[in-house]
Amino acid sequence: MPETASPPRMQVPDAALERARLKLDAARWAAAKLARLDRAATLKIAEAVAAAGHAKARDYAEQAVRETGYGVVEHKIQKNEACSKGIVERYRDEDFVAPRIDAARKIVELPRPAGVVFALIPVTNPIATVYFKTLLALMTRNAIVLSPHPGAKAVCADAARTLAAAAKAAGAPDGAIQVLEEPSIPVIEAVMADERVDLIVATGGPMVVKAAYRSGNPAYGVGPGNAPVLVDGSGDLAQAAQRIVASKSFDNSILCTNESTVLAVSSIADRLLDALKAAKAHICTPAETAKVRDLLFHEDGFNTAAIGKDAGWIAREAGFAAEGAKILVTPVDLVQPEEKLVREKLCPVLAFARVDGIEQAIAAARSMMRHAGKGHSAAVHSTDERTILAFAAAVPALRVAVNAGCSLGAAGFETDLGPSMTIGTGFAGGSSIGDNLTPRHFLHYARIAYNNAASEVFGNFEGLDPLALPAKSTAPQPQLAALPGGLDDEAVRRELRKIILEELSAVLAA
Amino acid sequence: MTMFDYGLFRFDSKDDLFDKSIRFWNPDKTRFWQGVGVDLVIDRREGYCLYDMSGRRLIDLHLNGGTYNFGHRHPELVETLKYALDHFDMGNHWFPSVARAALAEALVKSAPGMSYAIFGAGGAEAVEIALKSARYATKRRKIVSIVKGYHGHSGLSVATGDERFSKLFLSDRPDEFVAVPFNDLDAMEAALRGRDVAAVILETIPATYGFPLPREGYLPGCKALCEKYGTMYVADEVQTGLLRTGEMWGWQSYGVQPDIFVTAKGLSGGIYPISAAVVNEKCGGWLHEDGAAHISTSGGAELGCVVALKVLEILQRPEVVTNMRAVTDFFAEGMAEMMRRHGDIFVGMRQKGVVLGLEFDHPEGAVCVSRALYEHGVWAIFSSLDKRVLQFKPGVLLSAALCQEILDRFDAAMPRARALLQQMPKAA
Repeated sequence: MPETASPPRMQVPDAALERARLKLDAARWAAAKLARLDRAATLKIAEAVAAAGHAKARDYAEQAVRETGYGVVEHKIQKNEACSKGIVERYRDEDFVAPRIDAARKIVELPRPAGVVFALIPVTNPIATVYFKTLLALMTRNAIVLSPHPGAKAVCADAARTLAAAAKAAGAPDGAIQVLEEPSIPVIEAVMADERVDLIVATGGPMVVKAAYRSGNPAYGVGPGNAPVLVDGSGDLAQAAQRIVASKSFDNSILCTNESTVLAVSSIADRLLDALKAAKAHICTPAETAKVRDLLFHEDGFNTAAIGKDAGWIAREAGFAAEGAKILVTPVDLVQPEEKLVREKLCPVLAFARVDGIEQAIAAARSMMRHAGKGHSAAVHSTDERTILAFAAAVPALRVAVNAGCSLGAAGFETDLGPSMTIGTGFAGGSSIGDNLTPRHFLHYARIAYNNAASEVFGNFEGLDPLALPAKSTAPQPQLAALPGGLDDEAVRRELRKIILEELSAVLAA
Repeated sequence: MTMFDYGLFRFDSKDDLFDKSIRFWNPDKTRFWQGVGVDLVIDRREGYCLYDMSGRRLIDLHLNGGTYNFGHRHPELVETLKYALDHFDMGNHWFPSVARAALAEALVKSAPGMSYAIFGAGGAEAVEIALKSARYATKRRKIVSIVKGYHGHSGLSVATGDERFSKLFLSDRPDEFVAVPFNDLDAMEAALRGRDVAAVILETIPATYGFPLPREGYLPGCKALCEKYGTMYVADEVQTGLLRTGEMWGWQSYGVQPDIFVTAKGLSGGIYPISAAVVNEKCGGWLHEDGAAHISTSGGAELGCVVALKVLEILQRPEVVTNMRAVTDFFAEGMAEMMRRHGDIFVGMRQKGVVLGLEFDHPEGAVCVSRALYEHGVWAIFSSLDKRVLQFKPGVLLSAALCQEILDRFDAAMPRARALLQQMPKAA
């Protein structure tokens, strides 16, 4: 078709939106079928999907970095692996399918999947989030429609097709995993508000999260992070420094759980800086810190060009050299929102501030999170339980990683929190969940509750199949004429019909 | 009493409408439906639902033979037509046109082995074109169809059909139009042997006859006989095309290559009438010799072409194919279960894709079931030419929720159907 400069002579409906709506119908069909699967069939699908994702972990890590320009291939491979087979291994032994029987309370709980999950995928962690949300949905027998950030749409669509093919081969219905190939704001808003969606899981910027909650459909949206890291010197400083640098450089700090600002107790602050330096952090001079601040923060917010870039790139762009540095540490005097460097930075730049003690650390943490990051993550490097407890009780974070890197600690990969690409920021963070997103969030339970009078005996539900009807229908039995002596056509038809009916009944009753 | 004011016209009540229908429109048809307990006057319509003037909601499983394959006033089609009205009108049938050329190309490309698309406004007109094209190609006059076949009500098309529709108008032409029993290849061969037959015209699955399925090998056998005796094979795809039997065209799902096929009803999206006879090179020969030999002012109206193009585009989306298969499987399983539970009256089922014929154990069984379903909020019509059989025609875009609702309503209607059947006079 020749290129035309002028707009079409006739307007046409938005085919991407119409196809998105058709996908929701397909997802509803799939959800109805998935809800009837038993645990073995459910796990078989999840395992096949995880294996397919795992096998392509490297391919998609490379494609994602190429398409988005964010992050580190090797680290994305780790995340993709952890969010494929890792997720299934983590939850394999939990049963999200069979009824739960509580004889003591005389209650039976029947898992009831959400149905159709609409999942928004961020540009920062596209494939890991595609894998993660898809597996959580499948393990709880939900259909999922993925909506990638436009900046990662090609790699996400490719991955979704790979997972869908694996799911289908393992027995999943058509439509169990689908992706919007051409996501746009009008399409996403229309789909979020569509009654065919049961649950929105929004990971992304605050605009997307707010839109999800405004849609009128049940939603999990999570707010941004901005993690303070308290180092009180009670533990091994060298180890703390290594963990902080490893975490801050992991995937170039693109996880929302990454460390924002170190709050170092004054007495050990210099030694900590030395330890950070030894762990390959570049400690910026005041002039370099100013240059980094100018590079990273524009009038209207964070410079998206710097997202997921490495320390060397940032230093070069800022106008200085930091050869071999894994992260840049920018010491700051003020831990208040007006100091932009203590805001969330999705790149390996770590602010560093000195505090007198635990009280000031708490005040500093609260101050920096006043702008953004409430309900998200924090970290403490300490062996003092009272410090840990006091800090956790006072800062507005819902998870505090202890003696672990915050990126993978708060996200549940280096701690025993739910391993998650979606971090609930709770009421304070504008979210309806406060946990790391887990399969539990994708289902509700229908509850059978007996009269609690002691005289009412609880039934024996062990081994019963919830989908099997108890008794035969009460419809009148077929009254079919006996086969007469002379075999005319109608008689043969009737006799055949009777035989077919009996066979059909036998097959369906089996 | 509710006033039905439509701006341009108004009725005081539903009874007022019935009175005027009887006086000015069609007294017998109006009374017939009242006689069988179906007092439907369709007012609002949306998706797969119809709303009677009384406000009562009915799920539409009649779809006017697939006209409403996508449901009523499908939003994307409505939007397309509205946009089209900003640029097009019916057009001028004398001249080449962008919309007609585009639709003709899309139709030909959707149908391997075909060369041209010739447009009409309705199914009968397209059948007329098909039969004329076959006569042109063979220089023969005779047309063979099946007993209880149905191809429309115009001059040639009505002559192919049951005499119920032709004798009244003295339009039967037994010398030129021969009917043979369905699924009987010997009878077909006997009719063709004289080498004087221009065309065999077959609905791929005869709708008005209650969708008896062609036996394995029957349609290919007919095609082979056509080749043997120099006769054109015309597939009437008015009810079986457009994905309703699992493929875009029903002849594809039976592995038959027609010389001509006819499409209508659903091609219009239910919002702008259009039909087409799609022909191979040989049958399209007259388009080279004298292209104005058949003309039609409203045939291939450009607005209809735009809508039909959208219909074809939608049908080719993978999501639509997925949905059609889900609907197909749902009713295959669901109706087997219904038959198991209600086998005393519900005794047989034919299905190809989303075309189903449900057989009930009485010569007028489907009339009772149609009424019972109507009382339970579902509209499905019996087969005019075999009233044992209910035409059960879900749309390709039906949702999982609505399908489950249909099955639940069907189940609930069975006791009422049973009671109505018991009141019927016994079969002769």
